[in-house]
Amino acid sequence: MASIIVPANPSEARAGRFGVYGGRYVPETLVAALDELEHAYDEAKMDAAFQAELADLLKDYAGRPTPLYFAKRLTEQLGGAKIYLKREDLLHTGAHKINNALGQGLLAKRMGKKRVIAETGAGQHGVATASACALFGLECVVYMGDVDMERQELNVKRMRLLGTEVRGVSSGSKTLKDAISEAMRDWVTNVRTTYYLLGSALGAHPYPTMVRDFHRVISKELKQQILEKEGRLPTAIIACVGGGSNAIGAFYEFIPDRQVRLIGVEAGGRGPALGEHAARFKGGAPGVLQGTYSYVLQDDDGQIALTHSVSAGLDYASIGPEHAALHDSGRAEYVSCDDATALDAVVRLARTEGILPAIESAHAVAEAIRIAPALPASDILVVNLSGRGDKDMGILARELKL
Amino acid sequence: MPIRFDHKPGLVVYLTAGDPSLDATCEIAVAAIDAGADVIELGVPFSDPLGDGPIIQRASERALARGTRLRDVLALAREIRAARPAAGLVIFSYLNPMLRYGLRKFTDDAAAAGADGVLAIDLIVEEAAEYLAEMSRVNLAPIFLAAPTSSDARLEAIAKYSKGFVYAISRVGITGTQKSITADAKALVERIRRYTRLPVAVGFGISNAEHVAQVAEFADAAVIGSAIVELVENSTAATAPGAVARFIKGLRLRDAALAR
Repeated sequence: MASIIVPANPSEARAGRFGVYGGRYVPETLVAALDELEHAYDEAKMDAAFQAELADLLKDYAGRPTPLYFAKRLTEQLGGAKIYLKREDLLHTGAHKINNALGQGLLAKRMGKKRVIAETGAGQHGVATASACALFGLECVVYMGDVDMERQELNVKRMRLLGTEVRGVSSGSKTLKDAISEAMRDWVTNVRTTYYLLGSALGAHPYPTMVRDFHRVISKELKQQILEKEGRLPTAIIACVGGGSNAIGAFYEFIPDRQVRLIGVEAGGRGPALGEHAARFKGGAPGVLQGTYSYVLQDDDGQIALTHSVSAGLDYASIGPEHAALHDSGRAEYVSCDDATALDAVVRLARTEGILPAIESAHAVAEAIRIAPALPASDILVVNLSGRGDKDMGILARELKL
Repeated sequence: MPIRFDHKPGLVVYLTAGDPSLDATCEIAVAAIDAGADVIELGVPFSDPLGDGPIIQRASERALARGTRLRDVLALAREIRAARPAAGLVIFSYLNPMLRYGLRKFTDDAAAAGADGVLAIDLIVEEAAEYLAEMSRVNLAPIFLAAPTSSDARLEAIAKYSKGFVYAISRVGITGTQKSITADAKALVERIRRYTRLPVAVGFGISNAEHVAQVAEFADAAVIGSAIVELVENSTAATAPGAVARFIKGLRLRDAALAR
């Protein structure tokens, strides 16, 4: 590929840019690997055999399509808009993350890479990647912050059982951000042999686009299902946003449908002070973290702020660049939900519907609970229930004194 | 001042600014220049230095814990410039602190402080239009990294947009020390020279006189980073300038011929 390399301004439209956001802000060593990945992905995307193999795996291995479930009792209790749940929690390995892990795992195999590395926060991406690597016969190393290893211990053991090496990260805040930095250091060092299976719609181009594409199946199914059940599009789609992969997957097919509100829910944590939450659109400013230009929680000197959320999967200082563009254009709305409200939503959903959501997903449930009562019964809210809460039993037992 | 490599081989010395203190970094830089460093790279500490190994990570954490800010690093640059007007002086930073400071204000202030150039470790040529325009406006030299994995097309662009020197990364990986210089480095420098007559400095993992002598056979300068940062880590503020000066003098004790 002999194209002329010229400097471009962030505002210039090109692959990997979402408005002014996105791009590729990495050490030079990684550029060749990102180019190789972009090229391989572009080919795979057009390859019918690749897409057919992925579709088969999503169906028979992961359990797609996932149901769109009408939460009748919750709807009746709230006495307003109808609430539907898109049941990504029913997928193999317990969350939407498997969509992307299978897609990128197949791509790694196609590229002839034998070693896969990944980062994980809550451990759901780590478990999905560990499973995909077991399935495809690939060596797998997952980086995980020490704090997250402790609070999501069950997932650490699951990964180990699946044959993955889990490496603890003790730098910085010892959470997702630090796990990504460590995975990138590994990738820079082993770039010739290693595939970096990034778990959210984050990082340098092509990751935000590729990860979104692998989760797009969520909104494709959802659109068809809601039209079958209700004969019309929903009033709003609500999803939690850490890096933003489940949200962008649930939103994407509805972006042109201007009448459908797209609502992303960030982690409000313990409160609005910097360091106490992960609400990037409330407390953050545009900046560069880990390969991409997006909203970043940072101090006045451009140092990345510490974050807090009761949910490891939302505990991250930046957000996927496509969300930053959707935010600035006003096409999507972003709100936040604090720790206590999210935990209340876990209990509420468990006791009204018999469904135990991941604490991450409970942030989206909480927003539906908040807005549904004031909306007419003819309105339809769809919550993307991105994961199940089994992994959170340790935290829930402690927080709820079970 | 234009960046020059008067010594053979040239030496570029990286220091994490503010470790163990801003005053100490100033004294260490002056001692390093007096001991024969041609260029000082002043590292701006960053909370998430994903291109760096554990030694520079720890130094950044210490500097940040002491409250070192980008504006302090620029003030430090001004002090070093005043003390040693002829030495090369480069600001080495991750992009986000510069963006938050404002690219225009940063380039204005870096130039006013007397810096010669800037190296942004996570800024590649394609993303650099605005940065290059601001750098050019105040006559600061943009220094880009070239990696063993960089394609020829990339090296051509890196050579075209770099000023001062081209920084060749000796091997794939992060900063840190290593046992020997790989064949990667020599091959990379030869490829870079097809596209530029700028000096080429080789860095990452260069930690002793033998490495410097090896690099001198095919490059214009060697960059010493983690080895010096580790020396500073293991010294006190009072002993670090002397220790760094002795170390730098020792790096040129064996010239290329002796190394063979």
